[in-house]
Amino acid sequence: MKLEYDVAAGDFTRAGFASSSIKKALKQLGVSPAVVKRVVIAVYEAEVNIVAHANGGRITADIEPDGINVVLADTGPGIPDVEKAMQKGFSTASKEVREMGFGAGMGLPNIKENADSLRIETEVGKGTTLYIYIKF
Amino acid sequence: MEHDTFHKALEIQDDFCIGCSHCIKVCPTEALRVSGGKALLYAEWCIDCGRCFRVCPSRAIRVVDDDLDDILSYKYRVLLVPAVFYAQFEKKVPPGVINDILGDMGFSEICTVEQSADTLVEEINAYVRKAPAKPVISSFCPAVIRLIQVRFPSLIDHIMLLLPPIEVTAQYYVKKWQNSGGDPSELGVFYLTPCIAKIAAVKSPVGGYESPINGVINMDYVYNRVLHAFKNKKYPEQGKGTEAVNDAISSRGLRWPLTGGEASQIEGRALAIDGMTNVMDFLEKLEDEEIEEPIDYLELRGCDESCAGGILVQGNRFLVADNLRAEAAAAKDTHPLTGQYKQFCSASIKMDAVEPRSMVKYDKDINVAIKKMEAARMLRKILPDIDCGACGAPSCEALAADIVRDDASLNNCIFMQARFEKEGSLLVGEAIDLMEKVWGKDRFVNKEKDN
Repeated sequence: MKLEYDVAAGDFTRAGFASSSIKKALKQLGVSPAVVKRVVIAVYEAEVNIVAHANGGRITADIEPDGINVVLADTGPGIPDVEKAMQKGFSTASKEVREMGFGAGMGLPNIKENADSLRIETEVGKGTTLYIYIKF
Repeated sequence: MEHDTFHKALEIQDDFCIGCSHCIKVCPTEALRVSGGKALLYAEWCIDCGRCFRVCPSRAIRVVDDDLDDILSYKYRVLLVPAVFYAQFEKKVPPGVINDILGDMGFSEICTVEQSADTLVEEINAYVRKAPAKPVISSFCPAVIRLIQVRFPSLIDHIMLLLPPIEVTAQYYVKKWQNSGGDPSELGVFYLTPCIAKIAAVKSPVGGYESPINGVINMDYVYNRVLHAFKNKKYPEQGKGTEAVNDAISSRGLRWPLTGGEASQIEGRALAIDGMTNVMDFLEKLEDEEIEEPIDYLELRGCDESCAGGILVQGNRFLVADNLRAEAAAAKDTHPLTGQYKQFCSASIKMDAVEPRSMVKYDKDINVAIKKMEAARMLRKILPDIDCGACGAPSCEALAADIVRDDASLNNCIFMQARFEKEGSLLVGEAIDLMEKVWGKDRFVNKEKDN
């Protein structure tokens, strides 16, 4: 089952709408609370990234009986050094992150920690797409 | 889905139910429908909050409380009275007279519930300091606990595993009786409840705990009895009452049932939220991981103005709350029994983790559930999305879920009926049959000529 959401840049009042809706669907499907929690953390973090740092994007969640695939595609600045952005604790090193041009706390390590798999496609100046998979 | 017309603390009486649908609109778990002209409850979704009871115009929802006559099977009968009970009466009805009337009704000893608040505060603060899952969610409001079990199972480990004040106070009077050498089988401890959920909480507590309370008495009923006796001057002369009175209570105890009564006593960042809608909004936010700055404690109360607005409280909630606040302002910070409570009672007992009560919306099998949810989402696109309730379900979303569970049909929607009639696929007679199935036969009879 596919759920799709548009995410507007800079609209913090709506940030979290997609992750909350996905959460509701998973709860109604009877997915275990611990897994739902991981999905919420990962997707919320990534959703807020789009609102805060990109020029908007689209979230597509594909719910299968054994797990959920979430694709978060944005048009935006892209990530110049993904490896560095993925380093644990890097998100709190706000100065360096800011120097990279995205502001503090992208939370990519946090997303990775809660996902069973995370793939990042990014192109500087074009945008970033996150592929998150979490199994039930 | 199995249908049931009763629950532990609430029962729909078909003889009185007029199928008005007021209740289906206020249920926080969408556990009610109208079918065959009567309200129908999905018992496993019910959290005993009593909102349906509050709005029912025909008093068709019965509170499954204990009969007052049952108290007579015990030799010594202790009644635990919450502070809100006294706060409902006008000042011309003095607490002494109220106690005398309660004594006349058969109670041997009258005691205030919130006596245990003073020692409970210390235990809560110690608990919160050590709690692994923050915010700690108060165990005070049983409707909120049940709401979390049914709708927010991921937050269950936040629920504080400490007994609420009523249970600690009951513990005190049991201990007191034992210490004085009383025969345990002769003591009956009763709770005068302002709340329907508390009945369910005492009868089937969460966490594998067994309550020492022997019976729960409906405050609404007793309020009327007391007021009737007062108006008719049917009470003992001053000082001639036979009941023992143990009305020790501190300012803290008096504020406890009010919104903020707990939160204001808790160290760290503590929030007080009342009203079921507000509570649900906040829990949703908490579950969405949207609250970044840490919170230590959440006092969540299902009723507006907390227990002053309790389902079985008759007084206006704002007046009751004001009376309690005034009383608290005049009361001492602590009361003489605090030392004994500390010695004999504790809110921390060995408790099992609170169990979730899953709300199976589509199916237990996720393969089936996904297919049904997809079908329900398709239906949502066709349904009018105005949540009129004419189908007997509280919302278009609920109807869509009912349809895919085979509990309802798309034809139940009056918009769909109009469309199908227009398209010629549904006859007027068939549409009327459908409506009669939901609302009952006598709804569609012209009664004007009877008058």
